[in-house]
Amino acid sequence: MPTIPATDNLVEVEDVNFAYDRRQILKGVNLSIGRGQVVAIMGLSGCGKTTLLRLIGGALRPTRGEVRIDGKAVAGRSHDELFALRRRMGMLFQFGALFTDMSCYDNVAFQMREHTDLPEALIDDLVLMKLQAVGLRGAHRLMPSELSGGMARRVALARTTALDPMLIMYDEPFAGLDPVSMGVIGQLIRRLNDSLGATSIIVTHDVAEALQLVDYVYFMSDGMIVTQGTPDELRASDKPFVHQFVHGEMDGPMPFHYPADDYARDLRATEA
Amino acid sequence: MMSAVTGVLETLGGRATSAIHRLGFASRFLLLTLRNSGMCFRRFSLVVREIYFAGVLSLIIILVSGLFVGMVLGLQGYDTLVRYGSSSALGVLVALSLVRELGPVVAGLLFASRAGSAITAEIGLMKATEQLAAMEMMAVDPIARVIAPRFWAGVISMPMLAAMFSAMGVFGGYLVGVQLIGVDAGSFWSQMQDSVDFEEDILNGVIKSVVFGIAVTWIAVFEGYDAPPTAEGVSGATTRTVVTSSLAILALDFMLTAFMFRGA
Amino acid sequence: MMKRKALDLWVGVFVAIGLGALLFLALKVGNLASFSSAETYLLKANFDNIGGLKKRAPVKSAGVVVGRVEDIVFDSEAYEATVAFSVEKRYEFPKDTSAKILTAGLLGEQYIGLAAGGDAVKLKSGDKLKITQSAVVLENLISQFLFNKAADGNKDNK
Repeated sequence: MPTIPATDNLVEVEDVNFAYDRRQILKGVNLSIGRGQVVAIMGLSGCGKTTLLRLIGGALRPTRGEVRIDGKAVAGRSHDELFALRRRMGMLFQFGALFTDMSCYDNVAFQMREHTDLPEALIDDLVLMKLQAVGLRGAHRLMPSELSGGMARRVALARTTALDPMLIMYDEPFAGLDPVSMGVIGQLIRRLNDSLGATSIIVTHDVAEALQLVDYVYFMSDGMIVTQGTPDELRASDKPFVHQFVHGEMDGPMPFHYPADDYARDLRATEA
Repeated sequence: MMSAVTGVLETLGGRATSAIHRLGFASRFLLLTLRNSGMCFRRFSLVVREIYFAGVLSLIIILVSGLFVGMVLGLQGYDTLVRYGSSSALGVLVALSLVRELGPVVAGLLFASRAGSAITAEIGLMKATEQLAAMEMMAVDPIARVIAPRFWAGVISMPMLAAMFSAMGVFGGYLVGVQLIGVDAGSFWSQMQDSVDFEEDILNGVIKSVVFGIAVTWIAVFEGYDAPPTAEGVSGATTRTVVTSSLAILALDFMLTAFMFRGA
Repeated sequence: MMKRKALDLWVGVFVAIGLGALLFLALKVGNLASFSSAETYLLKANFDNIGGLKKRAPVKSAGVVVGRVEDIVFDSEAYEATVAFSVEKRYEFPKDTSAKILTAGLLGEQYIGLAAGGDAVKLKSGDKLKITQSAVVLENLISQFLFNKAADGNKDNK
């Protein structure tokens, strides 16, 4: 019988630092994600959000600090334990990362075939159910190259949830999608999270979509968490940085102009 | 002036050390591939699939090239031999050239450019589109599932293709020599059979093609796995595979020939 | 799913062609067919000069290949070359058989020619042939020719 964990947090990130090639990418990140929550990690490109996701997934090791899932540190696990953990996690990569040499059906069936001994007939039913949940059961024979961006992402979503994971991570799920597809993905994320009883982490810089969807937001800049709160709190925030980001303002703490010399002097110089 | 010279030396030194670094990394990668090959033999269908893409799809180019090389050997060989009245030795010339050298080497070069580059591009692209990372996140080791089957497929396909090349070449030489020019068929085959030894010539040729297969496929999978995940990165890696494989084949050929055929 | 069957078929064809090519090379191109698993016995012969005789050179009698040269060593006591060669068991030779080193064609490779004698007793494995004739060395031939020419010249002058 599984023991009841001490906290209600599925994921705990404690004072995590990460450096790569002498560049400090994460500088002391602290956050926790409760079970059943849908949490967004937002920030500009290059602030370290994707790195944080990789750390949680165990693909990278923190240079300092600890990442805990279900109370146990991720980095300390043995190879077999890590693989067992990964079977209970799902990650949706940017643009889907479907295996291009197999059909949509085979993509979704991949994990079932690799990790379970289920008979092919049962796998068949499961695959079709997963595709039905994302609305693409009719496309199961197609190859990934024959799908549009939004469709590919939905199939990838079906693949990610194939083994009913307890933690689902999304790396920029809304990138490059048309408004309809964005809305579809957003709704699917929420629907799947709730029906599977899972916990979801979304890394994105799509403010509108995210604030509509999630329970809690962590805001990152330059390798640190600068703000956190519920979507309502963030919308109402008067912190200049958050305000600029949420409302998409052209100028603020993040300057519009790239550092340059005095404008008048520059113009006069070219006259000569 | 001095600084220019030191600058050049520095670049040279830097290039040399990074090349050795890379070789070390590549060697560890090969060991990793070999250690993770268990899945290949338990699920041989993975390897079969890759033999199709590496071997079967190279069939046409190998057979046609072999035929043409054999025919040219027949023509050129006759032209030279007839001056010494030894045109009946044409079969010997064609067969030995092919079985010992041209079969393994030319088939190896063709394999490197066709199958090697395709393997590099495929793996590089899978890395660039995060398919390998996705596989790892799904707790399936990409080395065991993607890299190792392609490696073993290359090692198995190469000797087959070299043998086919040599066989087609001999047939091509026969077509030109006997059918076209009129060299006596009997002496063509009988002198050939007298001179081509199974152990010394044919087996050595097979050993060469296995060695080439290992070298070419190793280079191909490594370059693909190590390619920067961009369009330029993958195309650069593909070019590097063809160039490095070709040089490796020629260098290994020299070493193996010197070792196998000394004082024969 | 049907694709897998087609795949297997083509790979099977590929491997079959590959093995077929190897077989063709081994049998039709190489000498595997005449690699008779026939049993052989070993004989020896001493020569003053083996010329260009090499290991694996054929041993012929009446022009037919009956064996192969196995080993050539220098006898440091008699200062001669000892050639060990194998002969197929089905061919027996009398004890006074002679061995000559001959050349195939004008510039061809050298081989051992066995001329059978008349002795009733046959050679057994490990026996040594008594009568041998060394290879013809071109320099000796030329110097002999010149010597003969000079001798003829002297005779004419007398």
